[in-house]
Amino acid sequence: MATDNKTVVSDGLQEFRENRELKLQEEENQNLTTLNLGPTHPATHGIFQNILQMDGEKIVSAVSTVGYIHRAFEKIAERRPFYQITPLTDRMNYCSSPINNMGYHMTVEKLLGITVPQRAEYIRVIMMELARIADHLICNSILGVDTGAFTGFLYVFQEREKIYDIYEEVCGARLTTNMGRIGGMERDLTPKAIHMIKEFLKEFPKVFAEFESMFNRNRIFVDRTENVGPITAERALNYGFTGPNLRAAGVDYDVRVMNPYSAYADFDFEIPVGSKGDTYDRFMVRNEEVWQSLRIIEQAINNLPEGSFHADAPHYYLPPKQEVYRNMEALIYHFKIVMGEIDAPKGEVYHAVEGGNGELGFYLISDGGRTPYRLHFRRPCFIYYQAYPEMITGVSLSDAIVILSSMNVIAGELDA
Amino acid sequence: MELTNENVLGKIIEKFGTDNIWDAYAPDGIMTFQTNRESIVELIQFLYDDEELQVRFLTTMAGIHYPDQKGKELCMMYQLHSLRHNLRLRIKVYFPIEDPVLPTITHIYATANWMEREAYDFYGMLFTGHPNLIRILNVEDMEYHPMLKQYPLEDQTREDKINTYFGR
Repeated sequence: MATDNKTVVSDGLQEFRENRELKLQEEENQNLTTLNLGPTHPATHGIFQNILQMDGEKIVSAVSTVGYIHRAFEKIAERRPFYQITPLTDRMNYCSSPINNMGYHMTVEKLLGITVPQRAEYIRVIMMELARIADHLICNSILGVDTGAFTGFLYVFQEREKIYDIYEEVCGARLTTNMGRIGGMERDLTPKAIHMIKEFLKEFPKVFAEFESMFNRNRIFVDRTENVGPITAERALNYGFTGPNLRAAGVDYDVRVMNPYSAYADFDFEIPVGSKGDTYDRFMVRNEEVWQSLRIIEQAINNLPEGSFHADAPHYYLPPKQEVYRNMEALIYHFKIVMGEIDAPKGEVYHAVEGGNGELGFYLISDGGRTPYRLHFRRPCFIYYQAYPEMITGVSLSDAIVILSSMNVIAGELDA
Repeated sequence: MELTNENVLGKIIEKFGTDNIWDAYAPDGIMTFQTNRESIVELIQFLYDDEELQVRFLTTMAGIHYPDQKGKELCMMYQLHSLRHNLRLRIKVYFPIEDPVLPTITHIYATANWMEREAYDFYGMLFTGHPNLIRILNVEDMEYHPMLKQYPLEDQTREDKINTYFGR
């Protein structure tokens, strides 16, 4: 079988190279130039290459190459005990790692059949919405940079810093957070963390309103983004778009509403949608989502239920450290969990959360062992980035840059 | 008619028969069933075209390798979503590793393009009719398909490493 496959591989490669030769010849005949956009280009905000065929300023065709930071997470996950996989998920969409962490925890909880107390769910929602704000701030402010407005970027990054301070207070880390545990949170929200969140809710709206007033009706910004890179709802669905990119095209699909997970069913919020699916709509949908996220956080922090911050699941949730020194069961569970000696039940689950840029899904098959048999990540970036060549065909190079940053493609998630 | 997993499955079986649709269960509330390579494209096209079901969103595709199942070593999982009814479906196709050929569904879903390339890259599945079946995440001239179970990751506790090679 190995030899068979090998010949097929080289055949495919041969064909690929011949096609490339043909393309180059064709290009010479038509007087086109080839331009390499990336892999390391400051305007691509990540490591991905696009080989563009240019007719002057206009892009005639584009080919995307991805995989420059492929780290084989799906393969690594097949060897690791469940709790050691969370740090891998951090490194997918590193602009909103808490969402990835929580999504993964909820998937495993679904497999194990653990019910998490309301308080833990509320804390999760708060952290996920903060992460969404941070994610959208990066995307939108960088879109500003790409259209020539650096001020907004610097201004909101100070606010993003405050979100990272909250992460630090809650879990100790800032970027790759590894926040929460299977079964809840690793610790309760401290009074300081609650104070910081409330403070953020008070200060941030002013700053963000200023950010919005700088862009929303700015002539230069609107000219650069309106009707740039539009995609119809039908095409977007066919390409598997999710998240703000799909909603900008006018489809109100949001996992938080369609399949409410965690405590989202308890909150009152709206799903903003666009109409044209162009760069400006994507920008506006993200802005509005930031306001909705603030609404959710406010409702959650004001109605934070009393109770435990983790489920009563001694087989999977690490006992408190002082118990480990005094209590025999705690010591045994601690040892078994840390050594990864606890088997999960057999099963097959899919769980999706609304990530910063779309439906982030985890498809987990367990064969009853200490590690997943198969863990597949449905990475929204990977799926919608393939529409990029189609979206930039026929537009100018400067528009292609703007379209790329408005799609919020995160290289870490794309390549997993 | 209210759409439940059972109704939808009944409708699909009515159209394709129990010879082509079998082993239905819902492990996590998502209706999962098996089909064969001959009917997969027709089935997905039927689900897409059906005015009542309107299953028009391909959520994800994932390959799975079961080295111990003789003749059914590879599995392709298609997860579809009807956004109209908020109904998810999971379709599995098993096939032997000696003959890892599947028909492509890129003509129905543009998004299947990279998903199929990923399955080819990781598991060596060949999709007939795919416009550009080359590796996507790994390097072009890699000579194996890394997600197959015969390529284990290095055991972290192994002791046969020669320390001088690692500067220890």
